[in-house]
Amino acid sequence: MLVFLPKSLEETFDTLEQWPGAQLLAGGTDFMVEVNFGHRRPEAVVCLRKVAELRQWRLDGDEVVLGAGVTFAELERPELAELLPGLAQAARTVGSPQIRNAGTIGGNLGTASPAGDSLPVLAALDGRIVTASRKGARSLSLEEFVVGPKRTALEPGELIAEVRLPARLGSQEFLKVGTRNAMVIAVANVALVADWHAEAVRCALGSVGPKVIRAGEAEEFISSRIDWAARALPDPGDMEQFAALVRAAARPIDDHRSTAAYRRHAVGICAQRALGRVLAGGSAQGQEGQAWVS
Amino acid sequence: MGELIDYTLRVNGREHDVAEAWLGESLLYVLRERLGLPGSKNACEQGECGSCSVLMDGELVCSCLVLAAGAVGAEIVTIEGLTPGDDELSDIQTAFLAEGGVQCGFCTPGFVVSVHDLLEHNPNPTELEVREAVSGNLCRCTGYGRILAAVQAVQQARQG
Amino acid sequence: MSIDLGVRRGRLGESVARPDGIPKVRGQIAFSSDMFAEGMLWGHVVRSPHPAARIRAIDVSGALKIPGVRAVLTFDDVPGRKTYGLDYPDQPVFAWDCVRYMGEAVAAVAADHPETARRAAAAVVVDYVPTEPLTDSTIAEDAEPVHPLGNVLHRQKVRSGDPDATGVAVVEGYYETGMQDQAPLGPESGLAVPAEDGGIDLYIATQWLHIDQEQMAACLALPLDKVRVHLAGVGGSFGAREDLSMHIQICLLALRTGRPVKISYSREESFLGHVHRHPAKMWYRHHADAEGRLVKLEAKIILDGGAYQSSSMAVVMNAACMSPGPYRMPNAVVEAVAVRTNNPPCGAMRGFGAVQTCFAHEAQMDKLADALGMDRVEIRLRNALKAGDALITGQVLTGATPVAEVLRTCTAAPMLAGDPAALAELELPGGAGRTAERGRVRRGVGYGLAIKNLMYGGGFDDYSTARCRLEDGVATITCACAEVGQGFVTLAQQITREVLGVDNVVLNPAATVGIGSAGSTSASRQTWMSGGAVQAACLAVRERALALVSARHGIAPEGLEIVDGRIVSFDGEVDVAVAEAALGEVLEETVDYHHAPTEELDADGQGNAFVSFAYSAHRAVVDVDVDLGLVRVVDITTSQDVGRVLNPVQLVGQIEGGTAQGLGLAVMEEIVLDHGVVRNPSFTDYIIPTTLDMPPVHIAALIEEPEPGSPMGAKGAGEPPMISSVAAVVAAIRMATGLELNRAPVRPQDIALAGTGLSGGSMTSPNDVEVSK
Repeated sequence: MLVFLPKSLEETFDTLEQWPGAQLLAGGTDFMVEVNFGHRRPEAVVCLRKVAELRQWRLDGDEVVLGAGVTFAELERPELAELLPGLAQAARTVGSPQIRNAGTIGGNLGTASPAGDSLPVLAALDGRIVTASRKGARSLSLEEFVVGPKRTALEPGELIAEVRLPARLGSQEFLKVGTRNAMVIAVANVALVADWHAEAVRCALGSVGPKVIRAGEAEEFISSRIDWAARALPDPGDMEQFAALVRAAARPIDDHRSTAAYRRHAVGICAQRALGRVLAGGSAQGQEGQAWVS
Repeated sequence: MGELIDYTLRVNGREHDVAEAWLGESLLYVLRERLGLPGSKNACEQGECGSCSVLMDGELVCSCLVLAAGAVGAEIVTIEGLTPGDDELSDIQTAFLAEGGVQCGFCTPGFVVSVHDLLEHNPNPTELEVREAVSGNLCRCTGYGRILAAVQAVQQARQG
Repeated sequence: MSIDLGVRRGRLGESVARPDGIPKVRGQIAFSSDMFAEGMLWGHVVRSPHPAARIRAIDVSGALKIPGVRAVLTFDDVPGRKTYGLDYPDQPVFAWDCVRYMGEAVAAVAADHPETARRAAAAVVVDYVPTEPLTDSTIAEDAEPVHPLGNVLHRQKVRSGDPDATGVAVVEGYYETGMQDQAPLGPESGLAVPAEDGGIDLYIATQWLHIDQEQMAACLALPLDKVRVHLAGVGGSFGAREDLSMHIQICLLALRTGRPVKISYSREESFLGHVHRHPAKMWYRHHADAEGRLVKLEAKIILDGGAYQSSSMAVVMNAACMSPGPYRMPNAVVEAVAVRTNNPPCGAMRGFGAVQTCFAHEAQMDKLADALGMDRVEIRLRNALKAGDALITGQVLTGATPVAEVLRTCTAAPMLAGDPAALAELELPGGAGRTAERGRVRRGVGYGLAIKNLMYGGGFDDYSTARCRLEDGVATITCACAEVGQGFVTLAQQITREVLGVDNVVLNPAATVGIGSAGSTSASRQTWMSGGAVQAACLAVRERALALVSARHGIAPEGLEIVDGRIVSFDGEVDVAVAEAALGEVLEETVDYHHAPTEELDADGQGNAFVSFAYSAHRAVVDVDVDLGLVRVVDITTSQDVGRVLNPVQLVGQIEGGTAQGLGLAVMEEIVLDHGVVRNPSFTDYIIPTTLDMPPVHIAALIEEPEPGSPMGAKGAGEPPMISSVAAVVAAIRMATGLELNRAPVRPQDIALAGTGLSGGSMTSPNDVEVSK
């Protein structure tokens, strides 16, 4: 058999040992496109569908531990949405209902597309990606895990096991710009987290560089300007400066979907709006579909 | 083409043996070309149109994105499995016909499967919920008006 | 639930269920991609990755070595004419000395498994020498010829009235429409089965079986009776299947291997393998008097025909003749030209030629209204064509011309777009991406009014053939009309029931065997032409049944009439169903239905070139996120001039579907080209509207003023909804943003970065264009 369906991580490692070049397959929403188009011709595939450990999630103190096989549809549902509201918003924008039922957080990481919708959220939440192999586990930041466009730090024999994210952290926003209202690849996406305890804003940009960019200078600037007790921005003019710093952090390109100029402009607008929402107190706190009123 | 493999799939309640298949074949390909179930359609083969929609373990997925050999052990239901009997139609199928929701018909099987899935999970969706639930199904002929009317007709019939 | 939809057997004017509907909802109808034959091989076409290149050599040896490969063919293997084409045969079956567009066919392989065929195709080595592609349509005329036949595919000038007339109000504009794709869901697919008589049977999804057959026979060097084309289930068309796709290549593979061969394009191949809508660059200048009455139109329209001619002639003709729109235009100096470039070939797409010019003339009408301080609807009503008016071609409108009524009913319809404040987050521009800020969303309303010529014209003697056979109470209709989803199969049954009064109407499969051409499923022509042919054939059968009754009862035919499918005498003595009257006989009649003759246009574009016209109006309401340039079409209302409603639900389907395609061109659909390279040949990046993009379509009015000359009084309805919708949506966006927006599709950066010089589109006219007199 050249398609394997291990039922446990142990079995998976056994298989990978015997078939070092085997393709790991979760939801298939990226890999199968490549196969259907003849770009990839796998010789051996390890299907992770039945590895129960990968499909589960749990709350570990104030950390959510997501198995790599948790799907976008699951991330959208109330239980996880309440714990990870920004990720739920992002999940809702991925592909279509069919894609969301199959696509997984691990797959999104494994593909490491510059436009991957979960990735800015992971960056803004300072998430940890936990890999596993016979040799043991590693814990990496998103920055460490994604080394370039569609390139990860995964080593042979290693798979993505878990993603660890803080539960219910502050106020979270995810905005995605696309040229259609459904089933669209992001032209730009922005995740913003206001960590009220740490008194820090974190802002991550997607689709405007070879990998997700944390707008560090913008974060530092705005964090120093927010009145954290009041959860407000005393000088509204700082909003424009924040946006300008976000734009400066972006490294977008022209391609068939959009232009660098538009992408740069769009992340600035989105970051501004995201910030405005968290300060107004109207941002998502695990409640979907709630109309946002300015 | 590399080694060919054999496996068994469970589709529409029956076991189907697949013999000497290339391992990279999608479930869509196997359904259509090996199992004599061409109802699921091949409009894009990259998960962007929904015309290949099937249910896998009760979840709506694009069969073009499922590795067939990896679907072993799953309960797969296709449009053929949602069609009651030789001379019968489901209420969803009837409504699509009655409301004019079928023109060329290429998207129709995928829509019927998606609508079935929607109403199983959410028996009385709002129009917006319907639109979001079938936003992964493209239609080029109808502009969706009559399709949405068909869903509404099914809802009303099931309620009343 | 058990249902007998066969009970709903209705006649004209009823929402009769389509006869192929049951298999379609069950997933049992055989589309061309579902075809299967024992022992069949899979074919794959080798295509050029370059938009322009010389071919130094083609090496198929590597492909032939792959186990499972049965044939690899190139231009050498084409026994007959090496080229094909609609207007004229300029397109190679397989390229030989050069390729002229990305995707041009160079070779084809047949193998045991589609994956093998794909690998074999990849193993064909073509020694290309890429050359600089010609991609700018504005310089194509004077550039190095892309083809020995030159770079001008067709030109049509229209000159009427006084070329020097002027008006006090003058507005000019430069407008662009991008390359739209028909994007039918059904990929091009076919099954070719070699026959014992040395001929071939091709099962394929297409629009015009007989023109396919003609071209195939020439290239295969076979007589027509050995080339048999059978219509397989068609997954939509919209013009994409008017040209040949794989027809000749697949037949060659089948004839060479002696086995059935199937080809099914991937979506990417589909995008590369069929013609697209001509992109247009249009320079318009309108003159009007102080009261807003139009005085003169000067227009130059350049259509990018791409590498091969296809049906560019008709597109040019339509663009030139419909260039002013449905308005009285006493003087005109218009020129439309289609040029050859190394861009992908363009040809038929729903609305052809008129979609582009409607975008321009409607933008101009708005500009004119604004310049004169007039209401935008009022200026249109003031100039709206009426029966008795003449077009700029000199043709006087003698048919139903309810332009003003179409517009009035549309504008008077209640505005049903909801209060913006009440919209759910998901309904705002940006949808689930949650980008909108309510305070930065602006709403706009826009109008579009269109004229479309129905059917062909220009002296072309278009016709359709149908046969009616009445036997044992069953009427069987044979017609080669391609059903592509529009519902002709339903109409054919309705007509037959209406004329003959029989319930049981059987439709034979459409094929070239045993019946003449039905013409193309395009140009909004089939209801009139093939409907007319079916009606005429049924009427001929009815006459014969009448003659039978007359003979049997010794009553002169004039003493009989037909009421509700029964033959009755005036004195009531005779009362027999038509079917009954024919019992024991086989009554069969075949008719070629022709429309009234038309004239060719002369050198000044003058002549009675068209058979009929239809008009439509759209009103669009859009919400625009002005900072991000994201657009949500909130509501569309439309009125259409339809002559007569033959099947209400099917008509609504055409209007809603056409409107959706118009919305697509307005805000999201475009084949993106980069020096002739197609950058987005997939549904990922060639995006068409989803259920979250399409608003409800409200039909304000269907104007039923019967069209004299139309066999049933009805006008074709497929194209108009595609035409005025584009103009209306973009007009609405202009109102919402205050921006000129001279291009469709409107891209987010066109709104968000307007005036910064960073929008990246060609918003300004590439060069000064003299509109020649």
